[in-house]
Amino acid sequence: MKSFKHKDIIALRDLTKEEIELLIETAEGMREINSRDIKKVPTLRGKTIINLFYESSTRTRTSFEIAGKRLSADTVNITPSSSSATKGETLSDTALNLLAMKPDIIVMRHAVSGSHYYLAGKLPNCSIINAGDGAHEHPSQGLLDMLTMKDRFGRLDGLKVAIVGDITHSRVARSNIQGLTKMGSSIYLAGPPTMMPPGVERLGNVTVCGTMKEAIQDADVVMMLRIQQERQGKTLMPNTREYSRYFGLNPDNLKLAKPDAIVMHPGPINRGVEMSSYVVDGDQSRVLKQVENGVAVRMAMLYHVAGGELE
Amino acid sequence: MSAESTVILDMAGIRRALTRIAHEVLEKNKGVDNLVLVGIRTGGVHLARELAARLEEIEGAKLPVGEVDITLYRDDIKGHSAHLPVGKTDIPFSVEGKKVVLVDDVLFTGRTIRAALDAIMDHGRPACIQLAVLVDRGHRELPIRADFVGRNVPTSLKENISVKFDANYAPAEVVLEK
Repeated sequence: MKSFKHKDIIALRDLTKEEIELLIETAEGMREINSRDIKKVPTLRGKTIINLFYESSTRTRTSFEIAGKRLSADTVNITPSSSSATKGETLSDTALNLLAMKPDIIVMRHAVSGSHYYLAGKLPNCSIINAGDGAHEHPSQGLLDMLTMKDRFGRLDGLKVAIVGDITHSRVARSNIQGLTKMGSSIYLAGPPTMMPPGVERLGNVTVCGTMKEAIQDADVVMMLRIQQERQGKTLMPNTREYSRYFGLNPDNLKLAKPDAIVMHPGPINRGVEMSSYVVDGDQSRVLKQVENGVAVRMAMLYHVAGGELE
Repeated sequence: MSAESTVILDMAGIRRALTRIAHEVLEKNKGVDNLVLVGIRTGGVHLARELAARLEEIEGAKLPVGEVDITLYRDDIKGHSAHLPVGKTDIPFSVEGKKVVLVDDVLFTGRTIRAALDAIMDHGRPACIQLAVLVDRGHRELPIRADFVGRNVPTSLKENISVKFDANYAPAEVVLEK
């Protein structure tokens, strides 16, 4: 029997193939709850979940909040403007103060890669779930992406997945690379050379392509990444129009992928930059399915850390 | 793991017990009107399908069969060394106003049944819920009893009872392990 024994979920890199499978299978079971009239089960009754978001987020925070509530946990949201971080409190002090209020799970997004490991070490009796740390990982996004691919193809093994865009700044790409490699998929990356981190091949079963066409040729999945304008100066690309010409997905270059390929994007989408509206709203797009799967995946993550053994 | 194991019901015995339960269900409910079956995953689901087949043989009507997974309704989420995977609940019909026959393989502490009752209630308000089990082994920890029982088997807490299924999910035998 598969089991899950982690206190925290910080990176898909830390999980085995079996543990990732268990999380995806659990999410498949959770989906039924989201289609009921009464969308609530009593599983995490009496547990307190703090959503601590140092970076802005709508989708992920709302999704984690709904996931917690559907499992009957009490959820509290702390956002940058309302947190004491703006008054100069350190992460460690904020965490210890929150801990004094006895939460069971802290879901955190933070701009510094690895901050969750630091926090998890400080808080032995509280589970930490990573909702995105710097350019490191975004495990819930990786899991919901894999669930969306599995929905379409029934498997992950042997899929060709193209990831196109700003790989350097993308924690979504890193979580997908870690997870998909373990599940037996092949990953093909494309993006401007200024947005392609050197040595990225060493993260997993990754091929770096010179052009976007090369990456999406015969792909089963085309995953487009957001241009993170907040994270870069103007130096990485001349302008969005030029970017769109070389690395934007449109109905024409999508024909290079397999006829039954699906298109994904972690959102929020810059329409007309990463993808044309024809593709976003087209039949092959799974963008809204990803969001729907996000709630089920986060329910699965909360369920397993709450029940997992504390070491 | 078990030093001794005794077969207390073989395939023919299980078949006879299910046939009798089918007749009892029909007698108590005066037919199959408004009746639905819900099996508790996983053993109860296979038995619910068997029971539905028996009822169809007798009455000629096909009853809807649902599946309920009780993992999310357990009262012991914390402290599971092997954390349980969540199975799929699949009740493809409304339970509102229906007479639900809940089916499980072994009735023991009653905690599984308590969880299943909550799970069904979250899908709607049935007219009533009746409980059918293949084996009642005693040791109840909650005030729960079965309406239809295949076989009462007094056991000690050290013993274990399991219902084995064959490759086609048909019940094959009930085994008592000491």
